Amino acid sequence: MLTLMIFLPLIGFLINGLVGRFLPKNVSGWLGTAAVLGSFILAVMNFNALTAEAGQLESIHQKLFTFLHVGSLHVDFAFQFDRLSAVMTLIITGIGTLIHMYSIAYMHEDDGLYKFFAYLNLFIFNMLVLVLGSNYMMLFFGWEGVGLCSYLLIGFWYKNVDFGKAARKAFVMNRIGDLGLLLGLFLIYSTYGTFEYQDLFSRVFTGTDASSNVNTAIALLLFIGAMGKSAQIPLYTWLPDAMAGPTPVSALIHAATMVTAGIYLVIRSEAIYALSPFANEIVMWIGLSTSILAALIGLKQNDIKKVLAYSTVSQLGLMFIALGCGAYTAALFHVITHAFFKALLFLGSGSVIHGMHHEQDIRQMGGLRKKMPITYLTFLIGTLAITGFPFLSGFFSKDEILMSAFAHNKLVFGLALMSAGITGFYMFRMFFVTFHGTYRNHHHAYEKVHESPLLMTLPLLVLAVLSVIGGAVNLPHYLGEGISGGLHHLLSFDGGGQFSPILIYPEHAIELSHTAEIALLAMAVSVFVIAFLYTRNKYVVKGSVPEADADQQGMGKVLANKFYVDEAYDMAFVAPLESASDVITEYVDEKALKSAVDGVGTGGYGLSKLLSKIQNGNIEYYLLYMVIGISLLLAFNLF
Amino acid sequence: MNLLSIFNQVEISHYIYLSTVLFSIGLFGVLFRRNAIILLMCIELMLNAVNLLFTAFSTYMGDADGQIFVFFIMVVAAAEAAVGLAILVLVYRNTRKTDVSFLDQLKG
Amino acid sequence: MEIILIPIIAALVTAGLGKRSNVWISTLLSLIPLAVLYTYFTRFGVDNGWKTIFDLTWISENIRFTLGFDGLTGMLLLLTNLMVPVIVMAGIRDDENRVKLTALTLFMQGALNGVFMAQDGLMFYIFWELALIPIYFITLTMSGENAFKITLRFFLYTFIGSLAMLASLLYLFLHTADYSFSFEALRAVELSRIESIWVGAGILLAFVVKIPLLPFHSWQADTYTHSPAAGSMLLSGIMLKMGLYGLLRWYLPLAPESIEFFQPWIIGLSVAGVLYGALIAIRQKDMKRLIAFSSLSHVALIAAGIFTLTAEGLEGGVLQMFVHGVNVIGLFLVVELIEKSTGTRLLGELGGLAKSNRSFMIFFMLLALGTVAVPFTNGFPGEFMLLKAVYMYNPNMALLAGLTIIFCAVYIFRMVQFSMFGEGKHEVSLLKWNEYVAFGILSVAVLLIGFVPQLFIDVVHSSILQIVTWVSEAKGVLS
Repeated sequence: MLTLMIFLPLIGFLINGLVGRFLPKNVSGWLGTAAVLGSFILAVMNFNALTAEAGQLESIHQKLFTFLHVGSLHVDFAFQFDRLSAVMTLIITGIGTLIHMYSIAYMHEDDGLYKFFAYLNLFIFNMLVLVLGSNYMMLFFGWEGVGLCSYLLIGFWYKNVDFGKAARKAFVMNRIGDLGLLLGLFLIYSTYGTFEYQDLFSRVFTGTDASSNVNTAIALLLFIGAMGKSAQIPLYTWLPDAMAGPTPVSALIHAATMVTAGIYLVIRSEAIYALSPFANEIVMWIGLSTSILAALIGLKQNDIKKVLAYSTVSQLGLMFIALGCGAYTAALFHVITHAFFKALLFLGSGSVIHGMHHEQDIRQMGGLRKKMPITYLTFLIGTLAITGFPFLSGFFSKDEILMSAFAHNKLVFGLALMSAGITGFYMFRMFFVTFHGTYRNHHHAYEKVHESPLLMTLPLLVLAVLSVIGGAVNLPHYLGEGISGGLHHLLSFDGGGQFSPILIYPEHAIELSHTAEIALLAMAVSVFVIAFLYTRNKYVVKGSVPEADADQQGMGKVLANKFYVDEAYDMAFVAPLESASDVITEYVDEKALKSAVDGVGTGGYGLSKLLSKIQNGNIEYYLLYMVIGISLLLAFNLF
Repeated sequence: MNLLSIFNQVEISHYIYLSTVLFSIGLFGVLFRRNAIILLMCIELMLNAVNLLFTAFSTYMGDADGQIFVFFIMVVAAAEAAVGLAILVLVYRNTRKTDVSFLDQLKG
Repeated sequence: MEIILIPIIAALVTAGLGKRSNVWISTLLSLIPLAVLYTYFTRFGVDNGWKTIFDLTWISENIRFTLGFDGLTGMLLLLTNLMVPVIVMAGIRDDENRVKLTALTLFMQGALNGVFMAQDGLMFYIFWELALIPIYFITLTMSGENAFKITLRFFLYTFIGSLAMLASLLYLFLHTADYSFSFEALRAVELSRIESIWVGAGILLAFVVKIPLLPFHSWQADTYTHSPAAGSMLLSGIMLKMGLYGLLRWYLPLAPESIEFFQPWIIGLSVAGVLYGALIAIRQKDMKRLIAFSSLSHVALIAAGIFTLTAEGLEGGVLQMFVHGVNVIGLFLVVELIEKSTGTRLLGELGGLAKSNRSFMIFFMLLALGTVAVPFTNGFPGEFMLLKAVYMYNPNMALLAGLTIIFCAVYIFRMVQFSMFGEGKHEVSLLKWNEYVAFGILSVAVLLIGFVPQLFIDVVHSSILQIVTWVSEAKGVLS
């Protein structure tokens, strides 16, 4: 059942990939959706089997075949369905199904629809391999596989050269992270001698094999991989560019699932991270700086998807803060809620783009709430959820992160709170500019703007409901001990004396006094209120419109240009690399090496001209040489 | 006292002197004469010097191998002389010369 | 023996038929050895050591015509006899020279089979040189205007290497007890360390030129770029493997005492070569040249892996030899089809080919992914093992060599982008049956190795184990 769950999307990929072009569009679309839906149903069944009241299981383990067995290296092609993978699987397949469904309508005009669904299914397959593999090697398969699908889907509209560039940028930046991950894997293997989670973590746990320096090195190398995939400083610039892909792709891959793979990796490697406080600090500070940087950039973006992209980077940063503080449940909790509301927001933006005939600039929108009521409503819920409106899902998960940060380090808490506050500003700015005010587009008449079909609004509604109630998976304990901390209990399940693969070191419940807790909540809520009131005043009451990028001044200009990071990377890495390549090609390869080789030839020719003087054609001289030669030979033999 | 025993009475060193002298005459001829026919004759002389030495040592050592070599050398020398003279005749027909110092078309 | 004779006879038949032969006939002829190879696998197995399967007195009692078979040989025979049909089937599109190219390719097949099976040093050398003859004619007569210069450079390079190898083999030969050239006898010669270094240097020179390793590579790019496609494919796909095979089969067992001396040098040069080739490939405009430098980079990694003397490095190396053959032949085939359809292979002039021919796009993408070493394609397991082997030798080296996974993505996807994507005025003509079959074989190889690499590793496992044992025994003798 586990295998079928994983391979269903692959089957979908094969059918759509091989014969898709002969199928009608609807068939392709529903086929792709059905594959993921089937996977989701199986995931639910597996999850029930795992957590059934009687006889709870630690994990379901299934080995298919030996992938590699060479020398000391042994890698099984095996899957492991434990609680962490289960949560991830449910998110991936559940949200995946909704987004597949949405795509049927969103992509219905595209001739390459079958290809789109094939890629999406392939992505789901790889993502499942990533979270369900029972060893780091399997994780790496999925890891690279989702990177590939991301490349294919960002560059889906291949005729556009810029999209192709964005796709390659994403792949290459991911590969930089992958190199770190790969070296981390080598270090794991040379230290512990296995990739298999269960064996590995028990060895780490007994802790005799390695010094803490080695563990720190492993943790940091793995984190480089996570930086690439989860778009953290310095490898985050690919994610905003990745918005070149179709919007459902942005929702599924670049918001809900793939980019959280880095978080998954760190949670999975908890045993190693727990042994290295230094690595945790690094994770936390990188997460924090990414979160703030991306939030600031988000303030001045005018492309609806770019705003959401920077928001994603910022939220991922928040999750890494939680990981750095050791609050693994909080991070995973935020992964879940973020998946709900960010998928909702992206799909909502897709609906807007669809309704606006592929217009993405929010300055061209305005007043859409009357034309697109369902999209408006659901988008509002998504916005409220992400900005932390009390008792929506984002409120709980973000507060949990803030609290763990508070318990860890007050400065980090302050900065994280600031980042969370900025979220409110850019999200409401985008929301109000898009849906309120007056319509500002001159290319398409207001009358032509339309609400999206049911197939697109239905997933929006489902996700909206989830965004509202999503907090229920891990309610804070001040709401009552009985109903709180569901996720926490799930993850810290102890398989009855057996070795538990997830969260070996049970998290300490955050010990905060009630007053402190309430004060924190009040701060979070007041930040939300300030952001709401400020933006409402500016964009609804005063009805101002953001300036075009070119008109930005001072700090605004720097933000609109994303701190010039892309330009800096170009100058620091791309340009030197290219000129190095040119120099090597021209001077080393063409001039130095080739002329050295040709020099041997030229030298030989010159020598031959010299020696040919001796061959004067006169037989007497030849005879003389011969006699001299023989005499010398004799002389050598005699003495 | 037959002929063979007379030969046997001559010491081996005499044969060596004689053949050395013959060989040297041949060598000097080859090096310093320019007429191609004389060159060929000098080469024959050198070969015969070697032949003499071979025979002498063969008798001295009581081993027939040396004499067998002599037959080979004689055959080869005859063939070589034939070919050489044939070439020479053709060269003469074309150039009206037998002086080797003018035959240097093959210079490198 | 059949597997060597049949292709040579086939070459003669093709040459004899002249214009009357066609793709069908030559494809069928080139496929026969594959059937023979299958019987070898079933009859001799891969776990019975390097088994002598043909033996004939040749020059003397001890210089014999001996052919052997084991997993390592089998793997390379499989590569040769699977790829030559692909080349014959789809790679030869030059109508004017088709007969000549086909005959030479088939002749090459026989010679290569001989190289991989020879169990006698002199025979190995003779087949080694024999394999040079067809490629010499291909490059000399069909490489356009600079043919002579290019061929001369290529020929001198390989020939000097070969002579050095011959000298080393002769040295070993003269030190055998009974003046024998047989592999076993050559291996039994005990050398002092300094002798071993000289002998090893001679043998190595032949192989590093063929591989080619930095800085012995300057024959490569021009030869690949200007040869007809079949020539580039034969050279890069199969002939390079002669060098790597030679390392494994002849260098390591014959001069094991010198390995320690050469190890840091070869690994250093290889890692430098990995980066060097990748860096140059990033900016190439000519697709063939780009593939040539990419090949330089990939093959250098194999050499580095082999010289780490770890099981991962050696077995990963053999696997990667096969994989590289498949991928590079596929990519050259792609370029050939593009060039024949559009008349150019410069990236600046191409673009937008994807829309004209979707199946072609899929095949191209698959081969590109294999080269980039994405998981579940053939490049991944080998590259992973090789990098791991280098890591075990020295982690910093692995970091440097590992940069290739970034650079490779850069240049391969750049090539895909500027040829297939975007807008362009050119089109690729639809594939014909023979091209479908050729790409089909390549694609199956890409995916099969990607999913179940162990299947292929098991084939070579015991041969490699044998080599490792010899090497470690020899080291034991020294220490």
